[in-house]
Amino acid sequence: MSMEYSHDGAGDPAKLLADELAGKFPDARGRFGPFGGRYIPETLIAAFENLEAAVKQHLHAPDFQAELAAELKSWVGRPTALTHAPKLSKAWGAEVWLKREDLAHTGAHKINNALGQALLAKRLGVTRIVAETGAGQHGVATAAACARVGLPCTVYMGSVDMERQAPNVGRMKLLGATVVPVTTGDQTLRAAIDEAFRDWVSNPDDTFYIIGSAVGPHPFPYLVRELQAVIGKEARAQIQERTGKLPDAIIACVGGGSNAIGLFHPFIGDASVEIIGIEAGGTGNGLGQNAATLATGRPGVLHGAYSLLLQDKDGQIQETHSVSAGLDYPGVGPEHSLLLWAGRVRYEAATDDESLEALQECCRLEGILPAIESAHAFAGAKRWAQKNPGKRVLIGLSGRGDKDMPTLQRTILADTNKQP
Amino acid sequence: MRPTERISAAISEARDRTAIVAFITAGYPSREKFREHLTQIGNAADVVEIGVPFSDPMADGMTIQRSSREALAQGFTLRWLLGELAAMQRPKAPLVLMSYLNPLMAYGYAALAADAAKAGVCGFIVPDLPYDEGEEFRTALEAQGLGVIQMVTPVTRPERMAKLCAASQGFVYAVTMTGVTGKNASVPGEVTRYLETVSAAAKLPVCAGFGIRTREQVEQLKGHVAGVIVGSALVEVLESGKDPAEFLNSLRPR
Ligand SMILES: Cc1ncc(COP(=O)(O)O)c(C=O)c1O
Repeated sequence: MSMEYSHDGAGDPAKLLADELAGKFPDARGRFGPFGGRYIPETLIAAFENLEAAVKQHLHAPDFQAELAAELKSWVGRPTALTHAPKLSKAWGAEVWLKREDLAHTGAHKINNALGQALLAKRLGVTRIVAETGAGQHGVATAAACARVGLPCTVYMGSVDMERQAPNVGRMKLLGATVVPVTTGDQTLRAAIDEAFRDWVSNPDDTFYIIGSAVGPHPFPYLVRELQAVIGKEARAQIQERTGKLPDAIIACVGGGSNAIGLFHPFIGDASVEIIGIEAGGTGNGLGQNAATLATGRPGVLHGAYSLLLQDKDGQIQETHSVSAGLDYPGVGPEHSLLLWAGRVRYEAATDDESLEALQECCRLEGILPAIESAHAFAGAKRWAQKNPGKRVLIGLSGRGDKDMPTLQRTILADTNKQP
Repeated sequence: MRPTERISAAISEARDRTAIVAFITAGYPSREKFREHLTQIGNAADVVEIGVPFSDPMADGMTIQRSSREALAQGFTLRWLLGELAAMQRPKAPLVLMSYLNPLMAYGYAALAADAAKAGVCGFIVPDLPYDEGEEFRTALEAQGLGVIQMVTPVTRPERMAKLCAASQGFVYAVTMTGVTGKNASVPGEVTRYLETVSAAAKLPVCAGFGIRTREQVEQLKGHVAGVIVGSALVEVLESGKDPAEFLNSLRPR
């Protein structure tokens, strides 16, 4: 495809990495090397121009940062803990540390982004928020943030996800959000994003779309990264304080890529730190059996950005499968596509079964129930640990697993439930 | 005449009759039926806009989502469509393809432009390709005398409106309202004033689209725009098995 080579230096990994490290991305056109951009209907152009201007004006302004920091501290509960995991370390043979986003308010990293965007929306003067959600964590976080800043909120959620993440549907409603089931398309995260965009196209003047991952048109991938980078900044300082050194590897799960880019970004310049992203390997390598976009996708445009995509040869987006709703997505944030091409981050997949097994280990050995999304990072870390005995790995524990009880009842707990 | 000029000419020829740009989903309800409908509609309308089904049509309402999904389930591909158009006896109305960007990118722009020209396609409407991201695509089309029809909306700022009107090829697509396709647009004074602003900014004919489904609307728009685009309403007629040409004729002011 010609597009990949039409931007200066896009084909040269060393130059891409140098530019990324120099903070040149996103560039003036909203691109991370060849990836990113803004592929949106004309109706949304003015809304995005307003958003871009607001990001420029407020995001790094001292008063906005002070308000955000105060809320992150007293309402979200940051900084989140860095926990040493001695029994997992013993079982896997490497020294394991956990960055505990499961301890953040509402139970996942999603709140860092939802709160930041809600505060920004407030400054933009909009009167209504829309959001999409897959696992329900972003929906819950957005509902909570909207309650906190005083804006009404509508959350689109695929009907398949409403069933497998049922506990979160009730939480969103309690927090005052209107939850709209999406029965079109694949009835999961991707269809929910389509529907949130349709809402925004219908109400471009008074509505703000709080997107839930580091995806979408510019400046969303940048905005979400900046809001999630708090994870990596804290983790980097905490592990140095506790161990006196940087970790040998950091590992996070990748759906759209927000918790991963948040953890990774502050470490990208640390050449000694191996960075690994784990995607959903589902039930296998076949078409539609997984959501391993970076491992097997080709570049294209979905949801407003040029990035790697799971698509067929005709450019139709593929159906995906993952046991985890939050990773069940055929696209990925453009900065991850860049980091893959630049050779800075390695992306691997963990299957449904490997992830559920790692989830159980974390429960029994460390007394922590991770989200099934996060369990993918654990499965990847286990593999890494076995190849790197004695070394130190930091896992991004992106969220807690309470929301996954319906799925866990059907899978891990199915046998125990049968016992009298 | 360049292919894009054929579009403008077909709309201008309608004069005080208000041109009709008729939208149908390619490959819907079946490949055979689509061929039949294209001939019927191509003889009743001034321009035919053929929608390329996409798995994630984010600017479309329920009707076009449904027809797109149905066509894809039956194995529609862009390659099939272009082959079919190249081989068939095409109607007199110029053909325009409406497609989301990804299927076009997957085809490859240069090959697409060449095959589209052979298939008698005169221009493209790409709802998720704003002017600012479109240079590479426009350049590829230009080589074959094809072009991109730009959309403008009620929330497009004046400076940008002028730029888009100047850049558009064939006609200027004035979206009547903010929203997805398929709703019912009322035509209050506000809308006619907006359309007059577009007409004043455009050298090309202006066509109003999104939510056009009745003769009353077409009558209200008469004199304010050169043509109207009829999409979801026509697809609904096809869904119910009624005669599309009869429906299109019923929209024309008496
Ligand atoms: C706990 C948790 N982790 C990870 C993800 C994946 O999203 P992202 O890749 O944007 O971090 C989700 C998404 O819902 C989630 O709930």
